Amino acid sequence: MTLRTRRAVFVVAAAVFAGLLLWGFGGLPRFGTFQGAYGLVLNHTAVPERHITDVVTAVNFDYRGFDTLGEEFIFFAAVVGVTVILRAQSDEAPGHIADYAFGRAVPPTSDAVRVLGLGLTPPTILFGLYVIAHGHLTPGGGFQGGVVLATGVLLIYLAGELDDLHGLYTVPALERAEAIGAGAYIAIGLVGLATGSAFLQNVWPLGRVGHLFSAGTVAPIDLAVGLEIGAGLVLLLVTFLHQTIVLRRTP
Amino acid sequence: MTYLPYAVAAWLFAVGLYGVVTSRNLLHQIISLSVAQSSTYVLLLSVGFHTHATAPVFADVPTTRAAVDPVVQALSLTDVVVGATVTALLLAIAVQVHKRTGSLDPEGT
Amino acid sequence: MTVLETMSLLLVAAGGTCVVAVRDPLRQAMLAGFFGILLAILFFILQAPDVALSEIVVGAVAMPLMILVSLAKIRGGQR
Repeated sequence: MTLRTRRAVFVVAAAVFAGLLLWGFGGLPRFGTFQGAYGLVLNHTAVPERHITDVVTAVNFDYRGFDTLGEEFIFFAAVVGVTVILRAQSDEAPGHIADYAFGRAVPPTSDAVRVLGLGLTPPTILFGLYVIAHGHLTPGGGFQGGVVLATGVLLIYLAGELDDLHGLYTVPALERAEAIGAGAYIAIGLVGLATGSAFLQNVWPLGRVGHLFSAGTVAPIDLAVGLEIGAGLVLLLVTFLHQTIVLRRTP
Repeated sequence: MTYLPYAVAAWLFAVGLYGVVTSRNLLHQIISLSVAQSSTYVLLLSVGFHTHATAPVFADVPTTRAAVDPVVQALSLTDVVVGATVTALLLAIAVQVHKRTGSLDPEGT
Repeated sequence: MTVLETMSLLLVAAGGTCVVAVRDPLRQAMLAGFFGILLAILFFILQAPDVALSEIVVGAVAMPLMILVSLAKIRGGQR
């Protein structure tokens, strides 16, 4: 089937399904008048029941914590997949580590980029840790904070060379950190089983609303997820960079 | 006008799907797929919206204040990060395809 | 619906169209980053700060970076 035929078939089918979709959307409630009972109940009971002020994090890690465990393992599997797919092939070997550009000389990193990178890295890492730790109080949590942490580590590469990152980590250490983060989530859930209630039940002391040590198991799960996402994303980016900058095809 | 968010979600999905179907470059296909994914976030968040309501974070507002639905936000939140990681997996496959066959054309020519 | 919500929705629709319409992956990477920021603004307006934070860090930082690094690997192999 040529491209033109495929395009024609797509346009016809898309028009039919778009009509059906828009007709179905007409049956949705008007924008702004959704009266889902689950959300209304959660907004009123999450704060007194679990002593947590960020209801979205409560839904993610407490009320629907099992679904988030599944999502976390999708992330884990995707990172494993990337490291397996981008491993060194039989005709590739580590070469000279240097940024190169196709067809032109690479200018050295400008001073402005170096200063900005150096200046922004500590606040970014601190901000990532803050977002992870305060996930149950203000908007944030393990997922967002983990990505911010990975960004902070990446700023070091952007300001310098890939070699500058090598003093920070070894790939086995990153893999262990990610695995520890994923395993800690399950271990915290098993604590619920050990004390006689359900898996991932919130059985830790709840503390006072609005304080850092509150909301039971949500805060430790936040830390575990932040560790896993941060280490996993750094591993992902380092695998891509290793593939591009380090590995060379041996003739 | 009250159905504009749903129309925008449907349009984003259609546009992303058009990009996937009629693409001649694997990288372009992957990025169009991520546009189609973002249509689900727009739809979910528009469904959960209440007019004149605030975010479902009660750190500084009393719990008696009306807030938007937190369940759909929890769904979209993890989906954003995980979707980006699956896109990374697709990009890795595209890199290896280029290494093996020398071309990025999904038609195979 | 307020003007703010309408404008942000229309901008998101236009941004998505531009990302698909541009065929060169390098330009698409930049546009995808910008599309991520537009989506984050829409999510803020829809009172979803958690999702907006997620979308900013992923869509404006991690995604364009991965696309650019893949592109560098592919273009470098075309020597």
